[in-house]
Amino acid sequence: MNMVSQENQKTGQQSTEQTAYVAPYVEIEATDSGYVLYAEMPGVNREGIEITVEDGNLVIAGRRQRLAVSGEPLHRETRQLDFRRVYELDPSIDANKISARIEQGILTVNLPKAENLNPRRIALD
Amino acid sequence: MNIIRYQNQSRSDLAQAFDRFAALRDEMDRVFDSSYGPVFRTPGSFSRWAPALDVYQDKDQFTVVAELPGLKKEDIELSLQNGVLTISGERKQEKKSEEGYRNERFFGRFQRSVTLPTSVDSSKVKATYEDGILKVVLPKAEEAKPKKIEVSVG
Repeated sequence: MNMVSQENQKTGQQSTEQTAYVAPYVEIEATDSGYVLYAEMPGVNREGIEITVEDGNLVIAGRRQRLAVSGEPLHRETRQLDFRRVYELDPSIDANKISARIEQGILTVNLPKAENLNPRRIALD
Repeated sequence: MNIIRYQNQSRSDLAQAFDRFAALRDEMDRVFDSSYGPVFRTPGSFSRWAPALDVYQDKDQFTVVAELPGLKKEDIELSLQNGVLTISGERKQEKKSEEGYRNERFFGRFQRSVTLPTSVDSSKVKATYEDGILKVVLPKAEEAKPKKIEVSVG
């Protein structure tokens, strides 16, 4: 099976720049018509999502809402870093038909395959 | 500060050591955006799902924040007993095709407990769940709030 494709190795160097990101946990599901990618982005709402396709790469980014809490932290495990992850898109995916939604911190990206890649019977004249 | 109790205390020391190791490796993966796939990150291996949790305090209340993306409100359970707040629940996996090609996400039951440093008014605890973040606000009990005591000169 061909993959949604290898993750872009270059993203590993991102942290040396001024903005640090954290990679969201991702699940990728293969369906008959394409792939569905689920990314965990707690604290990100609709406005914070940015999905771009450029040079055959799919970039999913999520900017966290500021946590509205009062007082001083006694204990902290969450990291208030924005999310970002880059995937190389499989050529079979129709970049114009990618759609996404976010619900309770789960970003769902639908990556349908191009129609003409589905098997088709060619009739003889 | 040791107010957070890690769960599954009945598990063996070895299993807990593996949990810590897995948590560390997860953290490394996240920091460096590792591309080498889920080596241990398979549900059902030693590492279990324990949502990240913060505790904040001001003079009137505690706020506990937990990252719980992808749950339904009904699947989150909260309890407060003897000053210990327990957050538990289950993340259900909605499987559409059997061919999950790559999975780093955890599903199944989780539980975390927080021992609150002072007593709280359990009747005034409020919880909200938005954008995958659970926020529990626990007002301090009157007797636990800081009080100014006037010194009277006699």
